[in-house]
Amino acid sequence: MAIRSFLILFILFFFSSLNPILSLYEDQVGLVDWHQQYLGKVKQAVFHTHKTGRKRVVVSTEENVVALLDLRQGEIFWRHVLGSNDVIDGIDIALGKYVITLSSGGSILRAWNLPDGQMVWESSLRGPKHSKSLLLVPTNLKIEKDNIVIIFSNGRLNAVSCIDGEVLWEKDFEGESLEVQQVIQPPGSNLIYVVGFASSSLFEMYQINALNGELLKHESAAFSGGFLGEVSPVFSETVVALDSTGLILLTVSFQNGISFQQTPISNLVKDSFGPAKIIPSSVTGIFAIKMNAVTIVIRVTDENKLEVVEKTNHETSISDALPVSEGQQAFALVQRAGPEIHLRVKLAHNWDDNLLKESVKMDQHRGLVHKIYINNYIRTDKSYGFRALIVMEDHSLLLLQQGEIVWSREDGLASIIDVTTSELPVERDGVSVAKVEHNLFEWLKGHMLKLKGTLMLASPQDIAAIQSMRLKNSEKSKMTRDHNGFRKLLIVLTRAGKLFALHTGDGHIVWSYLLQSLQKSKVCQHPIGLNLYKWQVPHHHAMDENPSVLVIGKCGPSSDAPGALSFVDTYTGKELSSLSLVHSVAQVIPLPYTDSTEQRLHLLIDADKHAHLYPKTPEAISIFERELSNIYWYSVEDDNGIIKGHALRGKCTGEVADEVCFDTRELWSIVFPSESEKIIATVTRKLNEVVHTQAKVIADQEVMYKYISRNLLFVATVALKGSGEIGSVTPEESWLVAYLIDTVTGRILHRVTHHGSQGPVHAVFSENWVVYHYFNLKAHRYEMSVIEIYDQSRADNKDVWKLVLGKHNLTSPISLYSRPDVITKSQSYFFTHSVKTIAVTSTTKGITSKQLLIGTIGDQVLALDKRFLDPRRTVNPTQAEKEEGIIPLTDSLPIIPQSYVTHALRVEGLRGIITVPAKLESTTLVFAHGVDLFFTQLAPSRTYDSLTDDFNYALLLITIVALVAAISLTWTLSERKELQENWR
Amino acid sequence: MKWVKVIVSFILTLSFLSFPSCAFQSDELLVDDEEFGLEGAPQHRSPEPIPTRSPPVTSPTRKRHSDLDSDSKIQFSLDHAFGDSDFSPAGTFSARLKTWSHGGQTLTKLRFSRNSFSDVEKEKFKNLLESDDFYRIRLPSNVLNPPGRDFIISSVKARCLPRESLDEHFVIHMEGVNVLAVNYGSPGSCPYPRNLKLPAKWSFSSHTVLKNSEQAPRAPVFTEEILGGENAEGEVVQPAERSFWAKYWMYLIPLGLIVMNAITQAMNMPEEQATGQVPAQGQPSAGAVRRGPSSAVRRR
Repeated sequence: MAIRSFLILFILFFFSSLNPILSLYEDQVGLVDWHQQYLGKVKQAVFHTHKTGRKRVVVSTEENVVALLDLRQGEIFWRHVLGSNDVIDGIDIALGKYVITLSSGGSILRAWNLPDGQMVWESSLRGPKHSKSLLLVPTNLKIEKDNIVIIFSNGRLNAVSCIDGEVLWEKDFEGESLEVQQVIQPPGSNLIYVVGFASSSLFEMYQINALNGELLKHESAAFSGGFLGEVSPVFSETVVALDSTGLILLTVSFQNGISFQQTPISNLVKDSFGPAKIIPSSVTGIFAIKMNAVTIVIRVTDENKLEVVEKTNHETSISDALPVSEGQQAFALVQRAGPEIHLRVKLAHNWDDNLLKESVKMDQHRGLVHKIYINNYIRTDKSYGFRALIVMEDHSLLLLQQGEIVWSREDGLASIIDVTTSELPVERDGVSVAKVEHNLFEWLKGHMLKLKGTLMLASPQDIAAIQSMRLKNSEKSKMTRDHNGFRKLLIVLTRAGKLFALHTGDGHIVWSYLLQSLQKSKVCQHPIGLNLYKWQVPHHHAMDENPSVLVIGKCGPSSDAPGALSFVDTYTGKELSSLSLVHSVAQVIPLPYTDSTEQRLHLLIDADKHAHLYPKTPEAISIFERELSNIYWYSVEDDNGIIKGHALRGKCTGEVADEVCFDTRELWSIVFPSESEKIIATVTRKLNEVVHTQAKVIADQEVMYKYISRNLLFVATVALKGSGEIGSVTPEESWLVAYLIDTVTGRILHRVTHHGSQGPVHAVFSENWVVYHYFNLKAHRYEMSVIEIYDQSRADNKDVWKLVLGKHNLTSPISLYSRPDVITKSQSYFFTHSVKTIAVTSTTKGITSKQLLIGTIGDQVLALDKRFLDPRRTVNPTQAEKEEGIIPLTDSLPIIPQSYVTHALRVEGLRGIITVPAKLESTTLVFAHGVDLFFTQLAPSRTYDSLTDDFNYALLLITIVALVAAISLTWTLSERKELQENWR
Repeated sequence: MKWVKVIVSFILTLSFLSFPSCAFQSDELLVDDEEFGLEGAPQHRSPEPIPTRSPPVTSPTRKRHSDLDSDSKIQFSLDHAFGDSDFSPAGTFSARLKTWSHGGQTLTKLRFSRNSFSDVEKEKFKNLLESDDFYRIRLPSNVLNPPGRDFIISSVKARCLPRESLDEHFVIHMEGVNVLAVNYGSPGSCPYPRNLKLPAKWSFSSHTVLKNSEQAPRAPVFTEEILGGENAEGEVVQPAERSFWAKYWMYLIPLGLIVMNAITQAMNMPEEQATGQVPAQGQPSAGAVRRGPSSAVRRR
């Protein structure tokens, strides 16, 4: 009987574990993947000051995000990413319930419902010419009970109804050279002043009736000195401007005719530092100017007299005016001094007293304060309290209240420039390890719960507890290397010049470092971060060193701007050293050589085509000189349509006598005809890609040899006419040419024309194939094409006997100077989505089959098996071909909903997908970044080399126990029987 | 009027006849080395078929005008340089320029005449061979008004060229009258440890190939799209089913064992009952006889 019950139990278990796994289950979400939401650098913030709900703030950012944040925790209530071609010009809150955004150069006005972020209305505004865009939401201005929004954009002044977005009236300002600077609406009146400059020396003022757009007054006055830059309104009928030299301040009053009052800056401050710049502010009677690094705050008295109230060397930010009580305005000033920031809140008419003065300790790696927004609240003792939202140099957003940081958001992570990875330290004594379960009871409880879960006895609460335990598994956020290589550090460089190290387990920030070499300084006004490279990867003989990364930046956008290097330790996050270069950085080539301390040799090419070797050590130079004749590189001149190949010649001659500088020479060039071809995409293979085997066995036991060269370049060109937007040309005028070019000799290995096709082209190159995505104008659909390239010179190595006797050429060195004998196979398929980026999975040994990771227009990542993009697909594959895994030919690529890597999530503003191999061959780590970050593990051919997470250990255990029990039972039975028989 | 009609039809037939021959001509390429003929070398032909782009649209109306397509002879020069020296003339390409009725122009019948090396050049080339340096050539990027936007440069390690004579191979990639790129090198392989070897004869044997762009294969268009879609998805599901045995063998084997055990046990049971009953009946001799087979069963 016991056996029978065992059997029944067994069969029950059997069927319960039979369901095959196709994709992710609901309870597996968040186990290996994480998703983080960011906003980008805040450029405008508006507090929601409605009576009932004062706990929210609306922000717009440089990543074109408009979002509503919770003021208590800094969480996102809702968020809209408008896209890179829809830049936000201004935001405000109208009627206390609508968020108004002006975007796309002042041509799109939208209203969003404040509580839930639904769009209420949208209206598009046109105008006669391009101009500055200004958004104004007057508080008490009504046209027939209708609150209005005043917009100046594209040379036209519009009044738009808040309720439905209807344009109530419009007025054009078509003056030839009129540049409108400010639109001022004095509170409590029905007038609008539009002020601006015309033909650089004429000050123009228009007075307009806000109710109907009627022009009431137009005055203009000439000022011989001309004007420079912006104006700052100080009173409702007075503005401050600078003359064209930037040395004289002009107070322009236009109440009764226009009158200028000149005040040379040298009269105000003794030591003048050259031309000044006005920092616009909306505070009545106060404005600030900046000269070099000196900020001067100036007060305007009632008689239009100017008076310096503060002069400081510290970088100062001034907030907008905040109305506190009747007719009173408060504003805030914030400065950084050493490890602290000083915040002062003052009343506009009373400079000498501070309403609030606080010092807040601030992490050195947040840099200076860039922006400040203040809001007031009523304290428990009925007095006014102030809270400030500040934007730091590293683009982070913080809320300060009562001298403390209430919350902070690392919004710099919304603008990642480059990503690399680093291994974690090996687990050793003394290496910090995340804490394990606290006590025995907790541990036992956890295991009891798990047991309950596996025996299906758990209640819904228990299941929830088990799920949260799985998600918070301390194993995955440990700070040491794991056996499978899943735990790594993602080192990311952001546009603010800050390095972050993110843990792949749960995405927390391990360290962050604001690079000094990428900060604004006297020598470098506009530093730009370019790239990240692995500088030192400790291996066998340099195990004790910490790995480090090389950060490359340059000073300013021009091509000959001098470069800057930084070396950062990836375990500690400290800068090891930094260099500011005398030469520019046009191209960086990581060489496949390392020195005795495992530092990788890097070749930096400058704008004059000189090569500079780093590290600058004699050892590196000797390694490099040995390989000098085997180093080739290429340069692509996109705007010229020329690709050139170069080789190195020897040490630099002439004025730059430097040990590590090498001259280069031109070896080959490809010149695309300028009228018919324009380069739109160039793609190479990843430098660290591993290919497992060169041979590919095809259906009828034949072997094909992949043409695997690290020096292949894919280039796509389109007709000059067809380089615009999709649909701007007819199919006859547009074509797309794809090239495969050998970058050592400049040979064109393959060249193919797609007639009637158009860019943008997104491509990915891996092993011996390239996949590219473009638009087919004739079929009105997107297409994806694949080119595979095979080496024919090795094709006759099929004979086993040849291989046995060693009569093959597989081990002979390959020279690219030999005439290549290659064949290509290609095929095109329709693809439904438009694409933002394409990447391919990569694994340690390259055995696992590949998947394409397609960043779709919907900001999701789709995994598409490479088998679908096989050029050898036929309509009716033979049995042998089917066994090989060839899918019958279809005209379009399938999109299987389960194969979205990002499942239900969206990586807003998706820009790049990075794949990193784990140590486990079947698994690859995927990191997608945009405004959001997303990380997951993928197993393109499933985890064939390890038991899956959902493997039923309990069932295995029960089986073993049952077997042991059954054996002992039958054994005792037989023993007993034998005994009985012996006794007989 | 009749005359006119006859003439028109005559021209039409002529043009129809002449067009294919025109199109055919473009497929032909004569590789020629006249310079070299003087020195007694055999004539070389291009070993590869030359793919040329056929005119994209050939509607009957255009065919009628094809006899207006005009040919003209053009020449452009090849320059060479030894290492980092300046470029100097090294030979001349001559070809026929064919103007198509739709406005396109292509080159056909490319011929190449190579100047032989002077003594100075021979010396320079020897130096190149010794230092394993680059021999560089260049072509204008536009054959009608050279040099066009820029020169097209290509280079090869000098040690790749010498064989019996100096063997060279040009692949010129064209787009209309523009030269995109030229691939220059030895016609065969150039194995890596490049050994110093002087040519037996200081003359060039040249091969030239003219290449135009190929048309991409069209995406296949199916009428029964749904069928294809199903197939594709069916393919995805399959591996899951196949892995059934692979996944559950560890349960199936013990299951089988247990079943076996159970059967053995079940077979033992009735016998045990039987053997138990026999002694009760008081027939020990019969029991002794039966013991044989029962133990045999157990041993099994």
